[in-house]
Amino acid sequence: MTIVEMFQYGFIQRALLAGSLIAVLCAVLGVFLVLRRLSLIGDGLAHVAFGSVALALFVNITPLAVTIAAIPLVMLSSLGILKLMERAKLFGDAAVGIVASLGIAVGVLLTGLSGGFSVDLFSYLFGNILSVSREEVIIAALLFVLIIAAVSLYYNELLAVTFDEDLARTSGVRTGRINMILVLLTSLIVVLAMKVAGIMLVSSLMVLPAVTALQIASGFRTALLLAAGCALLSVISGIIASFGLNIPAGATIILINFLLFLCAFLGRRRLRHG
Amino acid sequence: MSLELLAMKNVVCRYQGHEALSDVTFSVTAGDYLGIVGPNGSGKSTLIRAALGLLPPDAGQVLLFGVEAASFRQWRRLGYLPQSMRQLNPAFPATVEEVVRLGLLPHKRFPRRVGGRRDTPAVERALEALGIAGIRRKLIGELSGGQQQRALLARAIVGRPELLILDEPTTALDPETRERFYTLLEELHREGGTTIILVTHDTGSIGSMASRLIYVDRKIIFDGTLDDFCHSAEMTAFFGEASQHLICHRH
Repeated sequence: MTIVEMFQYGFIQRALLAGSLIAVLCAVLGVFLVLRRLSLIGDGLAHVAFGSVALALFVNITPLAVTIAAIPLVMLSSLGILKLMERAKLFGDAAVGIVASLGIAVGVLLTGLSGGFSVDLFSYLFGNILSVSREEVIIAALLFVLIIAAVSLYYNELLAVTFDEDLARTSGVRTGRINMILVLLTSLIVVLAMKVAGIMLVSSLMVLPAVTALQIASGFRTALLLAAGCALLSVISGIIASFGLNIPAGATIILINFLLFLCAFLGRRRLRHG
Repeated sequence: MSLELLAMKNVVCRYQGHEALSDVTFSVTAGDYLGIVGPNGSGKSTLIRAALGLLPPDAGQVLLFGVEAASFRQWRRLGYLPQSMRQLNPAFPATVEEVVRLGLLPHKRFPRRVGGRRDTPAVERALEALGIAGIRRKLIGELSGGQQQRALLARAIVGRPELLILDEPTTALDPETRERFYTLLEELHREGGTTIILVTHDTGSIGSMASRLIYVDRKIIFDGTLDDFCHSAEMTAFFGEASQHLICHRH
């Protein structure tokens, strides 16, 4: 089968479209999160998403309803992480750790109560981008517009807060509001990215393109564009490779992302050391 | 009566059970060049954070331009340069120009776009004034401590603030860069009419620049002109002749 023939399949088209939109969003938000030392928030929220999925499967609802049901729970958890950081004066990693353990504990408990791990739960844990539905593509497109609009409108405030929170506050930036926007957008994308990379790998979609871009970026906008480019390249080549070689798509996308990081890292070292 | 740009009234700040600042009262009026000195851990940075509303005091009142610091919104009137940014990620991908432009954020309304054609003259002026126009496209994280401080000072002055607050800005600078930095502050004060609050360890230099000196050690030990400081028998008794001479000899 040629690549052209492959693209004629509806499920491949949906996978490419939804995967590209989601991966670009993960990468863009990932740049802000990595620089704020909140790289693992994606991982923590994905653990909460696991709890939400387990809950949804426990009450036996449709896959689309699972995604929709997980959104408010993950959003609430992201606000919980923020509050733990602000009120309990915890570092980001500790706050993420608390919320992630809670999510996993609830998930495992509900999975046990519903008779163990099912095929459905596995597809969320490890992702199954080739099973993305038409409705999920529409949700991805809507979220793409929403998140890109939010990042564009708040670009300078996000940059200011990422650079230094105190400096941002003394520039009149409402840092609490900007932090809230960032974690809420992150929780939306985490829920959506479950289907692409799976709960276990979702944070890689945020971290890897971002750290790759940070190796070679020559400005902040360039970093965002490079991260988006890496994400796009990895999703398209990952889906093609996974279909051609009959290997899991989520893991392939992440491995390609890692290779891109390795190239950027080694390329930068080479440039620096002649 | 001159306008009070900053007023702290009986301010108390506690940190982990002890008083980092105790009953601090002073004010800064337009045109002042105030030097704040004191030993390590004397509460200088706490004082600045309280003054900026970044740290709510446990007691007392902080007023910025006559408004409670907690509800102060006229940030365009104020520029702030923090202590050298030790925590700045060396991989932070913002260029010097991008960082300097952020100083114009207080002048913008939502959506707060900076760096348009209208902003170019102000950004150029700040870059030129600090001698960093040539490195505008360099990443901030890749600069030396001195260059970073100049970029951050450019960010602080790009919006032409009335009050400039600098928290130990010269810690990371070599002596030559430090002298240039002080000369620039003096120009901003004298020619631009900027009111300056400078927190420093560099007691020798502050003596030659500031029009007023505050010595802090959890509370205000001395507040007055340099002449008062240099001729005060009480201060000689408190500091010892050698320390007092260190501050006064350049004056």
